[in-house]
Amino acid sequence: MEDAGCSDFIMLTPKIVTTLIVFAIVSAIVRVYHVIVRSQKPLYNLARQPLSTLIILCSGGHTAEMLNLVSILQKQRFTPRIYIAASTDNMSLQKAHVLESSLVNQKDVEEVLKTSQFMQIYRSREVGQSYLTSVGTTLIAMAHALWIMIKIRPQVILCNGPGTCILLCIIAFLFKIVGIRWSSICYIESIARVRRLSLSGLLLYKLHIADQIFVQWPQLQQKHPRTYYVGCLV
Amino acid sequence: MGGTDDGSDVRSVKMVFVTVGTTCFDALVKAVDTQEVKEELFKKGYTHLLIQMGRGSFIPTKSAGGLGCLAVDYFTFSSSIADNLKSASLVISHAGSGSIFETLRLGKPLIVVVNEDLMDNHQSELAEELAERKHLYCAHPQALYSTIADMNVDALLPYPPGDAKPVAKLINRFLGFPDD
Repeated sequence: MEDAGCSDFIMLTPKIVTTLIVFAIVSAIVRVYHVIVRSQKPLYNLARQPLSTLIILCSGGHTAEMLNLVSILQKQRFTPRIYIAASTDNMSLQKAHVLESSLVNQKDVEEVLKTSQFMQIYRSREVGQSYLTSVGTTLIAMAHALWIMIKIRPQVILCNGPGTCILLCIIAFLFKIVGIRWSSICYIESIARVRRLSLSGLLLYKLHIADQIFVQWPQLQQKHPRTYYVGCLV
Repeated sequence: MGGTDDGSDVRSVKMVFVTVGTTCFDALVKAVDTQEVKEELFKKGYTHLLIQMGRGSFIPTKSAGGLGCLAVDYFTFSSSIADNLKSASLVISHAGSGSIFETLRLGKPLIVVVNEDLMDNHQSELAEELAERKHLYCAHPQALYSTIADMNVDALLPYPPGDAKPVAKLINRFLGFPDD
């Protein structure tokens, strides 16, 4: 009898495990699908609460385009604003600082300073770094990005590539799936992209990670029907 | 708005400013430094040629100018080329979006020269698109001479300044904020 019961149990265990695994995979797929579908729809924000906003800056032209957009957003809606840039890029945060300080003159000094933060993030790979050492630095960069995202848990993410933003967007997307934080991810493709999306833009588009992708040229929108054409930003 | 006639002494100097940005773009500097290009520029009424040559190794020949030829000068880098762009009557630039839009905003005639040696050459997309819309001329280094010979700077259309309002509106709507 004992033997029979034991073998029954052994027979059953793989079945239970398989069922559980299948169940887990199916529910994960359903959850991912739900998150993707929900992401396409406007946010349910009846109370019109201000939203914490993560603004990811890159360098040069990208930063200029992004700050140009941030400068006309209603600051009381997008509060607090957290600016993030690669640790090797001092210029971008400086420019963001200039923008935020220019707001201070217009309104309540304390209020605006309280509502903006500036952060730096490790880059996974510097130009010219060897591929062997870049494995280590990539792991560090990932851990750092995860730590930053756990700390700030933004409700809105504004980014325009390249590089740094992908990692942060993927983490934000995972947070949505797991249910840690719902965030709206908006990607604005650079004006330099006329006929093809950048690698960052293409990844966020194909993987359905970005809720909204804006492009600045009509022919790019025709090629990628889920994007929005918004005209030139600069 | 009346930017063309400030100071009559400026009128005698017609500067061509060449910029390669932070890159190394010897092909452009070489093309500009050829006799035929310099003669053509002089024929078009330009008097000075200033080259920002970046990290390139090709050194153009300096010239004091004078009877029947352009005055040529060069430098490697400067912290800001805004003043150079402002004083130029014609800008010949690499295809970087920064210098393209900086020049267009100043309303200066612009020839963008595409660097064929760059691996990821998405930058030519922007220059070609803006050339199609008649905001600038787009050329390859070997075709610079014919572009200058055929160009008519008066036929270029001013670039309307960009506007971030449409995208801001869409973002606001998407986040459940009312339009205002």
